[in-house]
Amino acid sequence: MTKKGWLYWLFFLALFAAPFYLTEFRLSLLGKFLCFAMIAIGISLIWGYTGILSLGHGVYFGLGAYCMAMYLKLESSHGRLPDFMEWSGVHQLPWFWKPFEHPLVAISSAIIIPVLLAAFLSYFTFKNRIKGVYFSLLSQAVVVVFVTLFIGKQEWTGGTNGLTNFSTVFGFPLSSPFTQIILYWITVCLLLLIFLFSRWLTVSRFGRVLVAIRDGENRVRFLGFNPTTYKVFVYSLSAAFAALAGIMFVLQVGLISPAMMGIIPSIEMVLWVAVGGRSSLIGAVIGAIVTNSAKSFFSENYPDIWLLFLGGLFIGVVMFLPNGLAGVYQSFKQRKGQREGKTHEAGSHVSRSVGGF
Amino acid sequence: MSVVITQVFNGFSLGSILLFVAIGLAVTFGLMGVINMAHGELIMVGAYMTYVVQQIFAKYAPQSMGYYFFIAIPVAFFVSALLGWGLEKILIRHLYHRPLDSLLATWGVSLILQQIARTIFGAPNVAVLPPEWLDGGVRIAGVVFPYKRLFILVFVILSIFALYIYLTKTPAGRRIRAVTLNRDMASCLGISTRKVDAYAFAIGSGFAGLAGCALTLLGPIGPTIGTYYIVDAFMVVILGGVGKLIGTVLGAFGIGLVSTLMEYSTSATMAKVMMFALIIAFLQWKPSGLVSVKTRSLD
Amino acid sequence: MHKLKWKTFKLLTLLLYGGVFALSGCAASSAVDEMKEKTKETNTSETGDTVKVGILHSLSGTMAISEVSLRDAELMAIEEINESGGLLGKKIEPVVEDGASDWPTFAEKAKKLLQKDKVVAIFGGWTSASRKAMLPVVEQNNGLLWYPVQYEGMESSPNIFYTGATTNQQIVPAVSWLLENRGKKFFLLGSDYVFPRTANKIIKAQLRAEGGQLVGEEYTPLGHTDYSTIISKIKEMKPDVVFNTLNGDSNVAFFKQLKDAGITAKDVTVMSVSIAEEEIRGIGGDVLAGHLAVWNYFQSTDTPENKVFVEKYKKKYGKDRVTDDPIEAAYFAVHLWAEAVKKAGSFDVDKVKKAADGIEYKAPGGTVKIDGETQHTWKIVRIGEIQPNGQFKELWNSGKAIKPDPYLKSYPWAKDLN
Repeated sequence: MTKKGWLYWLFFLALFAAPFYLTEFRLSLLGKFLCFAMIAIGISLIWGYTGILSLGHGVYFGLGAYCMAMYLKLESSHGRLPDFMEWSGVHQLPWFWKPFEHPLVAISSAIIIPVLLAAFLSYFTFKNRIKGVYFSLLSQAVVVVFVTLFIGKQEWTGGTNGLTNFSTVFGFPLSSPFTQIILYWITVCLLLLIFLFSRWLTVSRFGRVLVAIRDGENRVRFLGFNPTTYKVFVYSLSAAFAALAGIMFVLQVGLISPAMMGIIPSIEMVLWVAVGGRSSLIGAVIGAIVTNSAKSFFSENYPDIWLLFLGGLFIGVVMFLPNGLAGVYQSFKQRKGQREGKTHEAGSHVSRSVGGF
Repeated sequence: MSVVITQVFNGFSLGSILLFVAIGLAVTFGLMGVINMAHGELIMVGAYMTYVVQQIFAKYAPQSMGYYFFIAIPVAFFVSALLGWGLEKILIRHLYHRPLDSLLATWGVSLILQQIARTIFGAPNVAVLPPEWLDGGVRIAGVVFPYKRLFILVFVILSIFALYIYLTKTPAGRRIRAVTLNRDMASCLGISTRKVDAYAFAIGSGFAGLAGCALTLLGPIGPTIGTYYIVDAFMVVILGGVGKLIGTVLGAFGIGLVSTLMEYSTSATMAKVMMFALIIAFLQWKPSGLVSVKTRSLD
Repeated sequence: MHKLKWKTFKLLTLLLYGGVFALSGCAASSAVDEMKEKTKETNTSETGDTVKVGILHSLSGTMAISEVSLRDAELMAIEEINESGGLLGKKIEPVVEDGASDWPTFAEKAKKLLQKDKVVAIFGGWTSASRKAMLPVVEQNNGLLWYPVQYEGMESSPNIFYTGATTNQQIVPAVSWLLENRGKKFFLLGSDYVFPRTANKIIKAQLRAEGGQLVGEEYTPLGHTDYSTIISKIKEMKPDVVFNTLNGDSNVAFFKQLKDAGITAKDVTVMSVSIAEEEIRGIGGDVLAGHLAVWNYFQSTDTPENKVFVEKYKKKYGKDRVTDDPIEAAYFAVHLWAEAVKKAGSFDVDKVKKAADGIEYKAPGGTVKIDGETQHTWKIVRIGEIQPNGQFKELWNSGKAIKPDPYLKSYPWAKDLN
């Protein structure tokens, strides 16, 4: 095993060991951030590698979370009607809620529904060659549609309150530290799997086609590839990651509401990736953790003015770190390399990718 | 019958409001290609400026309160324009070749502006009392047409007309169009693209300020009002098609009429859902919007 | 290429470690804290001569409009208690957090306050959604939440005290009063979220039972700003009363546009449940004059306690500030909690809860009393007419405090509601 492999494992080992050196509260925060890191990997795949900026990933995250939450809600209601339905005047469980009594149905539909939606939307959008800014704004419109719908259909979705107050998952109490630690470890494992899979994907031929699409979609088309297929696949894949993150999020936080699939969270997701470095997978993971830690830190210490810091972070990253934290290190290494007269490969695609698309 | 007339009028009125919030964006996004997420906050600045002018009048010239609005209009325009100009100079200038990055940076700007507004004016809403001569409405055939809505309709038509004249008839406006059509060529012909960019962005921002001023007549004035309008404004511009003002006009009135119609027959929530779904579907069919600039370029 | 990436990764890993350390809140001290925490059974922060309480409202985002003043009122009450010598010999130290108008943030911050700061009580929340988000957290951690805003009822958590009105202290008496004094035809208008929908369900049941007539029911998305279509529907239906449960900013747009459409309070009475003095300030008294609102307290309420309270609040936060019902409820929540602590002789949550039953406090709006069974408060109901100067003129009050009944058990027509 190379030195490189070692450090990768060390990084994930540090995450694994977190329950031993973090307090319960901080661990729950880290667990949440790792869910966000999953989304960040997906966004890095579509934005950093393929050049698609989606401002609608909150929807896929939310749908995954809602599917899981429906199961949890039914389990904690013990065969009775969920509380919010009672006070919304529903007397019988709606038919589409029924299958969610089974955990397997809930978990599989939590992945399948967002993926199908992503595939459906992206197929038409990419086939019609809508790209760049237009795609971003359209994905934002999708967010508006879903958020308004979920708020409006209170009798089915719990409205603005969303779904909350769960007690158990598969019979284990959600509030016990033991369950929380197990859930945390599952999150780390999933993150590791997603990371390894994405890495394998990006270094493969497939990944190179993605980068080629980002840098010159029409040339790729002229070479005989069909960019639409590639884009639809990678977009759906990132939706699947977001959905998976949604499942783990709802298990650890115990709450999902339309506010979390809204426009603001969706834009924040992109910010995490921008901070970490859009075309570096590990950068995305670290971006998600660092940005959210900073947000928690600032809002705890400066509750009145923390928005200024957050806004400043957005501007600062875009202005000075176009390739995020990963990019800083890149250019640092490159300059050092030049000074020492070493010959480098002209930089990976990371450093060439000023501009995203 | 009177219901039909009222609803059609309401549709035009909503359209005029949407058009107002979108005109500035038609310049900064439609012509210049900058995704300015802080556009909503420039609207907010315009609204607060109206409030400030009102407060100054109430304190120093209470006898001429009826006319404060005429001062508020230019003040809102110029303060927003100045802010936009500064924004362009400091931030946007570096991001012309990275449109998606401009989206993130301006989002950051919008957070900061909201927080600043909250610090200066306090978190609660402030009240702007419209001038008395705008109270009430005309009654024709049993239908009341409120003066304020008529005023906004006329105001927006005048604004768009002025913008059109500026862009097509004046040398400065023509320079803006030249730069947005072909930056390199314009630069070769001796146009200072830097100056033109800053001007164009300032004008777009100024119109956002005007929108804010007009919106005080109908809506709330608080630190977060920008967020209510920003997505709608973008939808208007992309539905209308970028690069042509007439597209924005059609997009705004189209959305206004269709959504009031749907709201009347269903509910406000469903109308919003269906409206956005329709826009998404329409753009699948016509990706470049209602009116587009014909081009042969592929990328 | 790989080589470069790899080095990036090393640096980022280092950075991450930095982040993790920052997270653990200065690792060294937290390790010690943790040991302490794990050995300590009672989860309070009664160390030394201060005791911590949490204040958790939205200081940013759309809800900041309303919630910032609640924080101010709570801080003022805490200051008062500290000035008069503190509580059980300790000074109260408020820990202020921002819920950012975002429900998961409320859950996160509540957890932080309870687990990290070990606060003995949290004062916070405005929207139902934020309360629902905090509810499992305070229940699991056996915390104590004081929720100061009128809400839709149908809830009584063992770890929450509700100092705002429940439905039978606000909506139900208002509907009865309207049926008697203003007419039978009701039009229900609300923002599309939980409180209006639940409130309207109750109103509809009450109208059926008491002989009212429902002519329309409309909901608009949160943040909706164009009411022209709704107003034409109102014009068409010609109701006697519009019962308005719109939230926040939408009220501004609705009332401004209603006035423009030529509808005044003389034509249709609008009864609001979310418009208090603070909101009137952002709409303009002229626009609202003549319309009604139902609350438990007005700034104009004539009690000696209120005179002192209003004067103090204005002196502390500015001449142009106003007080209103949620501000008052937030203010006396702190005092009620203090009374309960004094009676219990301890900050322990279970003891305070037990002691709270029947505690009375002379609040600015009249004497309030905690109902031990539901953990709500007994309150006087008041209906007021908005004056052009932004104040209320009281038209009616219930005379004595009304017993809270969150599940409306004492109303036969409400049987089918749960």
